[in-house]
Amino acid sequence: MKQLSKQIVFYSVLIALWVVLAKAKIWPPYIFPTPWGVWDSLRAGFADHSFWIAIAVSMRRMLLGYVLSVVLGMILGLALGSNKFLEQTLGGLLVSLQSLPSICWLPLAVLWFGLTEKAILFVVVMGSLLSVTIAMETGRQQMPKIYGMAGRNLGARGFPLFWYVLLPASLPYILSGLKQGWAFAWRSLISGEMIFVSLGLGQLLMMGRDLNDMSQVIAVMLLIIAIGYLVDGLVFRTMERRLQARWGLSPAT
Amino acid sequence: MNTRQGAVPETAGLDDPSIAGTGGRVRAAGKISFMPMSRQGNETPKLALEDLCLSYKTTSGEPLVALDNIRLQVKPGEFLCIVGPSGCGKSTLLHLIAGLHQPTSGRVLVDGHPVQGPGTDRILIFQELGLFPWLTVKENVEFGMKMKGVAKATRREQVERYLRMVHLSQFKDSYTHQLSGGMRQRVALARALATEPDVLLMDEPFAALDAQTRDLLHDELERIWAETGRTIIFVTHNVREAVRLGGRVVVLTFRPGRVKREYVMDMPRPRHIEDSEVAGAAREILGALREEINKSLEEQYGHEAAV
Repeated sequence: MKQLSKQIVFYSVLIALWVVLAKAKIWPPYIFPTPWGVWDSLRAGFADHSFWIAIAVSMRRMLLGYVLSVVLGMILGLALGSNKFLEQTLGGLLVSLQSLPSICWLPLAVLWFGLTEKAILFVVVMGSLLSVTIAMETGRQQMPKIYGMAGRNLGARGFPLFWYVLLPASLPYILSGLKQGWAFAWRSLISGEMIFVSLGLGQLLMMGRDLNDMSQVIAVMLLIIAIGYLVDGLVFRTMERRLQARWGLSPAT
Repeated sequence: MNTRQGAVPETAGLDDPSIAGTGGRVRAAGKISFMPMSRQGNETPKLALEDLCLSYKTTSGEPLVALDNIRLQVKPGEFLCIVGPSGCGKSTLLHLIAGLHQPTSGRVLVDGHPVQGPGTDRILIFQELGLFPWLTVKENVEFGMKMKGVAKATRREQVERYLRMVHLSQFKDSYTHQLSGGMRQRVALARALATEPDVLLMDEPFAALDAQTRDLLHDELERIWAETGRTIIFVTHNVREAVRLGGRVVVLTFRPGRVKREYVMDMPRPRHIEDSEVAGAAREILGALREEINKSLEEQYGHEAAV
């Protein structure tokens, strides 16, 4: 609880500072918005449903793109793991591709798919596919070999061996990669929506800029942070906690 | 040196093989008889190891012969113990029988059929157990049957049966990390038995347990063996444990692993690890084993370490 009280004090001071600076009127409100302006924007956005629609559109793209990249990443990771040649060639290429910000794929995606949902989905997948693949690969390497042997010994082979033994056994090692994949996908999506305007939170952000409405810009930014934080806290932390409880691992500090 | 010779006990001529196993002899060192390797039964053995060799390259690139010309026959329902110093290839031998690795030459026969790979007719209980931490006790025990495609209702019955057999019924919904070492051993045993293997391979299963728990598990394993009639191959470095449990004890040499000698244990069951007969037999086997242990100590610590 000491942690919590520290945080409360920290954020209160931060907001108080914001209020003081806004009250001082050093900059005009379209450059430096007031806290109550942002609050009004948030309320108005939810009241006229524009925020709800944007969240729904963005989350739909996220889920679709993320599920796609987890499935593809598993297949790719499995292929890399079972074939030395692929690992030495394609594996290196994938690692080097990871240094490319996924938004760089947008021009290519627009040329291939046009201004469609597919183009933005492509950018999201390219953003998270590599981290998921690399996570699968390292998970396979770090997983204790005994589980694979025990599984084969008990009669598992082929897909059941992967699905019932190798995948759950490597889950603690790939979970952080899955989480990173989600974070990358989220970033790619928002930047994609900002450039390639068609609904979604990214577009709402750009609309705020176009209208010189700094309060809306900040409100949408807060929304993006909140959603990212919630998913991390609700989905991934819960998964981590469950996993640790099952496996009897001490909780990560 | 001819390797075949190395596999034949030096004392083979001392005992008449025809009276081995009759239990009628009296020997000063306890009721032990030596039996030559080459003794052939008329019935098909449950398990036959034919000139099994395994060599591999070490990380420094030198070839290492782990197992050399292992010939062994195991009768159906036999309880065979294999003892040897650490590094003699005992575990490797079990992995070969389980089909998890391929021998360099020679073959493993089950009921006369060569082993091609892992199969649920031979279940290995690993030294580290390899219980699945993401599954409950019940699900662990059920796993092999699920892979075999056993119907759900049957699986549930069998899980109940084998968990009762190892006295773990009330822990069926626990995860393995919540159990003690001895309980985990029992889960591994139940998991292996539930797959209904003909041959149960056990790799130093009780090495990490305290003496009391081990004693208890010896009794239980003996009871389960009698109840289920499984063929058991039990690897240990503990000679007393081998004498306590085994119907036959095989001593392996250190690097390369060969069969040094075999002993038939025909003391009446149940035995206790503190029995004077068990201790006497163990002392005798330990004499044969000592040379090999010294060889392994020399290898590890240099000449001054050997006793």
